[in-house]
Amino acid sequence: MEEKTILDRLRKEFPAGVREISTSLGDEVAVIDKGALLQVATSLRDGPGEFAMLLDLTCVDYAGEEPRFEMVYHLFSLSRNRRLRIKARLGESDLWIASLTSLWKNANWLEREVYDLFGVHFEGHPDLRRLFMYDGFEGYPLRKDYPLRRRQPLIRLKE
Amino acid sequence: MIEEKKKRPPAGQFITTQFNSLLGWARKFSLFHYPFITACCGMEYMSAACAHFDIDRFGAGWTRFSPRQSDMLLVVGTITHKEAPVLRTVYDQMTEPKWVIAFGTCAVSGGIYDNYAVVQGIDQIIPVDVYIPGCPPRPETVLDGLLKLQEKIQHQDQDWRWKKKRS
Repeated sequence: MEEKTILDRLRKEFPAGVREISTSLGDEVAVIDKGALLQVATSLRDGPGEFAMLLDLTCVDYAGEEPRFEMVYHLFSLSRNRRLRIKARLGESDLWIASLTSLWKNANWLEREVYDLFGVHFEGHPDLRRLFMYDGFEGYPLRKDYPLRRRQPLIRLKE
Repeated sequence: MIEEKKKRPPAGQFITTQFNSLLGWARKFSLFHYPFITACCGMEYMSAACAHFDIDRFGAGWTRFSPRQSDMLLVVGTITHKEAPVLRTVYDQMTEPKWVIAFGTCAVSGGIYDNYAVVQGIDQIIPVDVYIPGCPPRPETVLDGLLKLQEKIQHQDQDWRWKKKRS
């Protein structure tokens, strides 16, 4: 029943921020408001859950839905051997979310990756530049509306 | 009569063809190669280059890690658009005569990576002499490709006066 208490504690602590809690295949999932992300993440890291490790951070493009994007954070508790997933939906018109670089150092490059491939802006990120694609690359290639065969070569290609 | 003429060219031409053939023989057995390795095909390259399959048997054993000292560019692996200028520069730095082998499906055609990042075959950037398919190719395939290149070198017009430019 330990996972219940973490999620229930989260809901009790942030009644406005946490929208939905559930478990999926043994992992805890919390759907939150994007405005509450930084407080929720701080509480999870420093609270009794001790989620000391940010495993992964990524984005999903649900094209055609509103809000269109969803940020997914995977946390891991080394002391409890537990995983927790945080999700937050982002609309296309206000595509920003708080940066977690102040809590976990590895969020720096993970957020740069998401910025590079999806165009999500991270408020408070110290160095928000493209990570994989080159300077001058237009658009965000992992969005569903990026044309499948669009290429942006750096040098002239032979046909 | 005509066939006999073909077989026996005039004396002056005889010398140049023999010299051409000699140069081809010398060049095909002294290929210094530059491995441009970017992906998993590199494992198969290592297998082909090291003792088990040993491309040194065919005179291509010496790896040069400077394009200026190499004759054969082995492009092994996926080439992205970000990397394309680097490959082009390496090719341009190689001195004549030079040959290029596209090693593996990704270098040949882009392979399964038909997406925003990957060049669909290195022949869009540089001229290619031999294509070795396979994902990754077995060392036997690599050796076969190398023999094909040697055959090509033997029979090509050797530009020993350094007048002609290869496109």
